[in-house]
Amino acid sequence: MKTWVFSTEADGGASSSALEALTKARSFGGDLVAIHVGAGSEPALNELGAHGAATVLHLSADVSAAAIAAAMAAACETEQPDLIIFGMGNLDRDVAGRLSARLGKPVLANAVDVTVDGDSVRVANEILGGTTKVVTQFTEGAPAITITRPKAFPAEPNGGDAPTVSTLHVPDVGHAGDVVVLSSHAESAEGPDLEAAAVVVSGGRGLGGAEKFEMIAELAGLVGGAVGATRAVVDAGWVPYSYQVGQTGKTVKPSVYLACGISGAMQHLVGMKDSTTIIAINKDPEAPIFGVADLGIVGDVHNVVPALIEALKAHGS
Amino acid sequence: MKIVVCVKQIPDPASPYKLDPENHFVVRPEDQVLDDTDRYGVEVALQLADEFGDEASVTLLSMSPGGSQQGIRQALAMGADGAILVEDAGLRGADALTTSRVLAAAAKRAAADLVITGTESTDGYTGVVPQQVAELMGVPSLTFARKVEHVDGKVRIERQTQAGYDVVEGSLPAVLSVTSGVVEPRYPTFKGIMAAKSKPVETLTAAELEVTPSSGQSIVSVESVPAREAGEVIEDDGEGHLKILAKLEEVKVV
Ligand SMILES: Cc1cc2nc3c(=O)[nH]c(=O)nc-3n(C[C@H](O)[C@H](O)[C@H](O)COP(=O)(O)OP(=O)(O)OC[C@H]3O[C@@H](n4cnc5c(N)ncnc54)[C@H](O)[C@@H]3O)c2cc1C
Ligand SMILES: Nc1ncnc2c1ncn2[C@@H]1O[C@H](COP(=O)(O)O)[C@@H](O)[C@H]1O
Repeated sequence: MKTWVFSTEADGGASSSALEALTKARSFGGDLVAIHVGAGSEPALNELGAHGAATVLHLSADVSAAAIAAAMAAACETEQPDLIIFGMGNLDRDVAGRLSARLGKPVLANAVDVTVDGDSVRVANEILGGTTKVVTQFTEGAPAITITRPKAFPAEPNGGDAPTVSTLHVPDVGHAGDVVVLSSHAESAEGPDLEAAAVVVSGGRGLGGAEKFEMIAELAGLVGGAVGATRAVVDAGWVPYSYQVGQTGKTVKPSVYLACGISGAMQHLVGMKDSTTIIAINKDPEAPIFGVADLGIVGDVHNVVPALIEALKAHGS
Repeated sequence: MKIVVCVKQIPDPASPYKLDPENHFVVRPEDQVLDDTDRYGVEVALQLADEFGDEASVTLLSMSPGGSQQGIRQALAMGADGAILVEDAGLRGADALTTSRVLAAAAKRAAADLVITGTESTDGYTGVVPQQVAELMGVPSLTFARKVEHVDGKVRIERQTQAGYDVVEGSLPAVLSVTSGVVEPRYPTFKGIMAAKSKPVETLTAAELEVTPSSGQSIVSVESVPAREAGEVIEDDGEGHLKILAKLEEVKVV
């Protein structure tokens, strides 16, 4: 068994999806290789090694997705990987799609589990809002390509050594590679990291306006939590994309998730339904969020949230 | 300037989806609706075409094995010039790669300068079709756009990233995938709806596009996942916040 895991440089480390996938892939046995795109800093490489990658094939950051896919496809011919695992990041998805088309192999996205049984690779998906689990087998031969959901597996180092690093040759892909990044801009979130926070306070369209997120941030501050949001309010420009929880945003599993003015669309639920305790405030008693909430308050966020803030302040003093 | 917008027709999300017990595909009614996600691509195309002037055209492209046209007419009513519908019973349950082969072949045949897609569809959400289409057409992909501009014959976008956004530029022909925050899609006018009825819809089969449907995957099992149990739901009588406080104390957050 030879498994490749796609990794990108993130905040001076390797992407969390890569570390999760490596941890899982250790259980398959055999060779474990990380394809790492970006600076290739020592902490990132060491992290990949510590999670089980014996070898890292490195590519620099200013290469187009088309060129990365072409480089990987060429390496596939000589290295013959059985399985290639990507995460849900933008570049992960760009490269996975292109590699799949280039190799003529399917890619199975949104996987919540990957299993290997002899030659057969299977992935599990949760569909219909997480109510149905489907297991699909690859039948086209190696490599099986999959995109896995965040937090599908825990990331645990096994104390592996620093990996052997070699640079992957990047072929010229002509017009397909004709994209340039002119500039990068940060719109960073304040407060604790959303994906790691023990408490998440999220706001949806029911808040009524961008300025109401101040109230959500204040509440989050009082309980040591991070601020999250639905896609509806991210698309409306109320808060940056980094706040988004759900299918196309972050997956969170805090001990407490407090949903304020959120309907509970299935695409939001898949990103937070595994929180230990879910509390929801919504004025509509029929809102689907109450179907997963341990405590639901049918009420107006503009009354309940300010009162809760006052109560927490009184409680703390 | 020929703009092709990929629009998916899907079962109305307002009624719950069901799986066919035999082949496990989502049950699709005769008439499917326009995926809301693709209204954004249509709007971007119409705005770009306005900028380009008379020479520009907007053609919709939809692969819909059952031959549904309802969703296409919804998008035509927004103002697109015409549509290409790939209908072929052999494409039922097609995977993303087969779908992409069909869309790429049809877009090439239409001599598209720019192919616009959504970021992920509402019913399939594989989110890889735009990139596969770009690879099969041998063109650059500008993905996850939250803003689109046309500058000197090139397309410049703000690409949504975890940290914020990147400004990315690519040359044509290209594939562009847009998010649902990119523009505010227009609502069809009465005139638009009437005009849509007589706009040309060209139908094609997979064979005409020289695509052989194939699937490199097979479903092994389907089972239901136990639902999370709902807890207590109470009406706020002015004391709702105290219930929350008590819950936060119970789980030792405060
Ligand atoms: C392919 C795809 C991917 C998606 N990915 C995501 C994702 O990653 N994350 C995500 O969140 N969504 C995602 N969505 C969007 C999702 O389907 C919903 O549209 C979105 O989650 C709705 O956000 P919302 O709950 O803020 O808004 P709404 O659905 O409009 O709900 C607002 C709620 O606020 C309540 N409300 C209104 N006023 C008040 C008040 N004064 N007090 C209390 N309650 C009030 C209303 O009763 C309502 O329930 C995706 C959709 C698609 C198609
Ligand atoms: N059958 C189809 N017909 C037309 N466009 C499609 C089809 N399937 C996917 N697309 C396009 O590809 C995007 C991503 O879809 P998906 O990869 O299914 O998540 C959608 O937003 C559409 O623009």
